[in-house]
Amino acid sequence: MFKRSEQDKRPPVQIFVDGTAITARQGDTVSAALLASSRDVRRSTAVSGAPRLPYCMMGVCFDCLVTIDGVGNRQGCLVPVAEGMRIEIQKGKREIGK
Amino acid sequence: MTMAPKREAYDVVVVGAGPAGLAAAATSAEAGLLTLLLDENIGPGGQVYRAIASTPVTERNQLGADYWVGADLVQALRTSDAEIIQRATVWSLDRNLEIAVSVGGASAFVKARRVILATGALERPFPIPGWTLPGVMTAGAAQTMLKSSALVPDGRTVIAGQGPLLWLLAAQILRLGGRIDRILDTTERGNYFAALPHVFAFLTSPYFAKGLAMMREVRAKVQVVSGVTELAASGDGQLASVNYVAGGKRETTPADLLLLHQGVVPNVNLAMAAGIEHRWDDLQLCWSPVLDASGNSSVAGIAIAGDGAGIGGAGAAVVRGRIAARAAVEALAPAVAAKLTPMAALRADLAKAERGRIFLDTLFRPAPQFRIPSGDTIVCRCEEVTAKDILDAVAIGATGPNQLKAYRRTGMGPCQGRLCGLTVTELMAQARAKSPQEIGYYRLRAPVKPITLAELAAVPKTEADVKAVVRG
Repeated sequence: MFKRSEQDKRPPVQIFVDGTAITARQGDTVSAALLASSRDVRRSTAVSGAPRLPYCMMGVCFDCLVTIDGVGNRQGCLVPVAEGMRIEIQKGKREIGK
Repeated sequence: MTMAPKREAYDVVVVGAGPAGLAAAATSAEAGLLTLLLDENIGPGGQVYRAIASTPVTERNQLGADYWVGADLVQALRTSDAEIIQRATVWSLDRNLEIAVSVGGASAFVKARRVILATGALERPFPIPGWTLPGVMTAGAAQTMLKSSALVPDGRTVIAGQGPLLWLLAAQILRLGGRIDRILDTTERGNYFAALPHVFAFLTSPYFAKGLAMMREVRAKVQVVSGVTELAASGDGQLASVNYVAGGKRETTPADLLLLHQGVVPNVNLAMAAGIEHRWDDLQLCWSPVLDASGNSSVAGIAIAGDGAGIGGAGAAVVRGRIAARAAVEALAPAVAAKLTPMAALRADLAKAERGRIFLDTLFRPAPQFRIPSGDTIVCRCEEVTAKDILDAVAIGATGPNQLKAYRRTGMGPCQGRLCGLTVTELMAQARAKSPQEIGYYRLRAPVKPITLAELAAVPKTEADVKAVVRG
């Protein structure tokens, strides 16, 4: 859906999405890194289980909700990636303890 | 590193580091006021200057000269004594000018003598069939990825809607080597005639030449379909095609990405939760705060600057930020105010920056069918409530957005009405033959962004606080 421009010279950052290593760039938000990864990163909604991807990328729509380092319901579009970060695509509601 | 505020009290707290907030905080700090700027994003710039201090897009002409203006604003702020905290989410503001802010998973409270809200705008909801499908995003979302990560669309891409941002985004995507297959222009033909009386101010505004050049640049490379009167996204769990009607003819085009845009509207959540009076704006079709000429709201001590005060664009936002900050200086340190740019000069700057706006608002007034959906089109994305659900609720007695919550939970999901509020107001107004002003809006309350109970429970409390709620 998206590709990186060749002029982007930012250093790589390795993150894990559902256990698989992917390469993001320093300064990417979690949502941008997920969308750039070409993986299926659709979450499913808490209400009907419908598939969703980020919609606004500016912190207002909450369609980017994702589990980051064990904490659920994070807005992926507001969190920058960090080396070794563990991301889980959230299916449905946030689970207790996550 | 994100840090909690250094102090418990400030002269001026500015919320939002877009054009208005940057200008307001710099003006206030330069005048010697203890100033705190709180911003939710990773870096300063807001939406229009997003990632201004970190963008990987190094070829300056690709983003355009208007973007790089933001670098000077950030520079001015950083050389001032203002305290700046990024990734700080303000979740409460009250009439006592007490602010609750979440930073790094912990909340802090600060008190201000003056608050300047510069929370900007968000994209107007564009509730068409299929707008919740993966692959459908706002134009602003694509622009955010372009500015902050140099990411551009590379699948089959359709941009649909209207307004200056749509053309700017298209030009930027093309300059960075991205792909756009088709632009579907939803501008109503009748709007051209309606806008005609305001054309002189527009022709003599900076918008005109820039806008025309950009449209020419885009049209030379992309097929543009004008007069689109119907629009729908379809696919099974993922966008597959965009269906539309133009000139009475129905068309379908395959697509991996659909970018929607029909203008921006004030982001009112924090201001409304603070109890600030808003009125329905019949021209801009949104809620705007009631403000005096210095940006002061109906709540003493709180001013609003930038697009949150009514859509005026980045240039106007900067001036509104300076005006609000100058008013704060006049109130808190009158002796220093004399050294600042006179208010009359700032007001003249503002009039100049707002020139041509009425023309744009009239020309790009979104058509009713793109604002007021019907049938099983989703209105509330969080709670997955359709237009029909809402009309059914009206039929059995729901009178306004707040009653509707009890019927359908609209606006009660995590986005707190940001993506459905305007649609709900207009839909209910139409169904009940009332004006949007009469129908009203959601009653917004803190926390205006979700925070965890654990974070609330961990808030520092005094013995008196505990005694007030603990029995025995």
